[in-house]
Amino acid sequence: MASTPGPSAQADPDWEGVRLHVVSGKGGTGKTTVAAALALALAAEGGRTLLIEVEGRQGIAELFGMAALPYEERKVATVSPSRLGLPGTGQGEVYALAIDTELALLEYLEMFYKLGRAGKALQKVGFVDFATTVAPGVRDVLLTGKACEAARRKGPDGRRAYDAIVMDAPPTGRLTRFLNVNEEVAGLARFGPIHGQAQAVMRVLKSPETAVHFVTLLEEMPVQETVDGIAELRAAQLPVGGVVVNMVRPPVLDAAAVAAVDGDHREEVAVALGEAGLGGRSRKPETVRAAVEPLLAPLLEQAREHAERVELERAQRADLQRAKLPTYELPLLGEGVDLGGLYRLAGELKRQGAA
Amino acid sequence: MTADTRKERTTSALDVDALIDDPETRIVVCCGSGGVGKTTTAAAIGLRAAERGRKVVVLTIDPARRLAQSMGLTELDNTPRVVKGAQGPGELQAMMLDMKRTFDEVVLAHAEPERAKAILANPFYQSLSAGFAGTQEYMAMEKLGQLRAEDRWDLIVVDTPPSRSALDFLDAPSRLGSFLDGKVIRLLTAPAKVGGRSAMKFLNVGMGLLTGTLGKIFGAQLLTDVQTFVSAMDSMFGGFRERADRTYQLLKAPGTAFLVVAAPERDALREAAYFVDRLAADEMPLAGLVLNRVHSTGAPQLTAERALAAAEALEENGSQTSTVAAETLAAGLLRLHAERMQIMARERRTRDRFVSVYPDVPIVEVAALAGDVHDLDGLRTVGDRLGSTDPAGAVN
Repeated sequence: MASTPGPSAQADPDWEGVRLHVVSGKGGTGKTTVAAALALALAAEGGRTLLIEVEGRQGIAELFGMAALPYEERKVATVSPSRLGLPGTGQGEVYALAIDTELALLEYLEMFYKLGRAGKALQKVGFVDFATTVAPGVRDVLLTGKACEAARRKGPDGRRAYDAIVMDAPPTGRLTRFLNVNEEVAGLARFGPIHGQAQAVMRVLKSPETAVHFVTLLEEMPVQETVDGIAELRAAQLPVGGVVVNMVRPPVLDAAAVAAVDGDHREEVAVALGEAGLGGRSRKPETVRAAVEPLLAPLLEQAREHAERVELERAQRADLQRAKLPTYELPLLGEGVDLGGLYRLAGELKRQGAA
Repeated sequence: MTADTRKERTTSALDVDALIDDPETRIVVCCGSGGVGKTTTAAAIGLRAAERGRKVVVLTIDPARRLAQSMGLTELDNTPRVVKGAQGPGELQAMMLDMKRTFDEVVLAHAEPERAKAILANPFYQSLSAGFAGTQEYMAMEKLGQLRAEDRWDLIVVDTPPSRSALDFLDAPSRLGSFLDGKVIRLLTAPAKVGGRSAMKFLNVGMGLLTGTLGKIFGAQLLTDVQTFVSAMDSMFGGFRERADRTYQLLKAPGTAFLVVAAPERDALREAAYFVDRLAADEMPLAGLVLNRVHSTGAPQLTAERALAAAEALEENGSQTSTVAAETLAAGLLRLHAERMQIMARERRTRDRFVSVYPDVPIVEVAALAGDVHDLDGLRTVGDRLGSTDPAGAVN
């Protein structure tokens, strides 16, 4: 749990036994980044994880600085605890897969029906469009089905192909529908292999081997969506995992501090700013004070905005805590998320016990 | 980057007030990726236009609860309601889209009662109207067409669904139509038609294989549902196609203006670039880019480096005269300023990258608010920053 351990302390992993991590969140919260960081964190001490993208945005390729990923499992990173800035030994691998719905459906048909040339013909008459349109659930079954298949796949030596699967899932608003494929497909395909597949997928998704994590920011809308999403998943009896609070900025000054600067301490603060060299080169106190004056108001205004945000964030944090879920906090990376930043976030997740 | 080169790269400013004041502007479509303040922007533009004298309706898609409440929208009833509290000569109405109900209304309006009943009860229709990938987009466009046809407002501001990709939204009007018109459906429902047969022969696929495969995948029941649905809808097919085409033409017509909404972040601007490209490809009238949540400072003369150095000096060395508390406070102010300057520099770089690729797209920058918007005053503030009446919001 993210109960603020010291910088070097490392929490025990919270998700022992979970093989399929589904990562969702409102758009703009950085769920792809968090999913990738989680995949790295899970592989850090050895083993192999598969990171799956389902929305065709090629966000994973972009994060790892690669050309667009084909519909094929591909190694994107090698990772070790030291790469994440953590003690310990081992070395693991992260693979990635960007699922293409059309190819997935044809692959699936091929597996069951050995269509050969007929498959091509079906493609030509717009069959795939038709199939995924008459039953949007079919598309979702194919996507989640692929993740479940990878989670259970075994190599010739009988060992698991992957130790964990991380799925960068659709945004929270569509999540329950996406995961609750059984429900969705049941009304349409009442028999047949799609029906069977949906049943099998649901068994995996509802098992303790799956955890659905939410990524949020400390802002009203993402937090509200997270709280709603958690309730929806629980109602659908899908396993809720943890909450990752992303892009957290450390509080520097609170409202009380700002009030102090604004009130009784304004003069003292002005003097301190002057002594810090912001009053120019002059040694005369009046000149220094006059030079500092134009800075005071804008700096105070910024501090007020900051304090207001700190206050809002406190309220949002309280809302999240009511869900009583393991919660992890990732810092805002000032320069945006590059590969180095991604490893840093992975290290944070691991240190806080998410992996 | 020096001030001069920056100036050179900066595109023309987007004049939102001129846009919404122009009586020729009848539709404003706000599009962009999720999480950039698209709905808030649509609502703020609607309020501002109303308070500047226009009769406005805002069509929102899935607004945040408190934003909806701020406009008095407490229920999803698919009907425009007057927003109380808007000041000035115009009028503001707002509504939330109910996609299922909109679809039902289309059916009811275009089929005889008996047939409409059969369609509404069809399991396939029920799944299509609630879950079809693109139904929300299609119905947003349908509703827009209806509102425009009613001609009760002189400005319609539309929020768009947070689509998976930029393409969904513009494709929506034709997608459902082309689906219902599509080859597979034709083949399924009218295998005896000459066209159907020859098409199949040409592709060298037996009809049996197609229906057989579909049947195996979905079960025979679904196929029966689809066939019943399609034959019940048959008379409406032409209608769907036509309506979709009409809405699409409406979007292209003079009087419509697209605003692409983004935040000064890499991902959001990449999505914005998609929208700009796509609108250009479809010859849709792009008015410009609304760049939300841009940070600014009143003390640009103090660089991040100097502020940080001064903060460190205060924290490490202390001083002779001032108290420790004052030093901590001063250091805090400086650290916050450094953070602000760094954010601004990053935003500027992201923005400049966009501008260098799209020098012709007018941009308006909207200063970041400290908190969320949940009342009309908040919307008004955003509107002031979008327009030109708020000096604090003038980022450029």
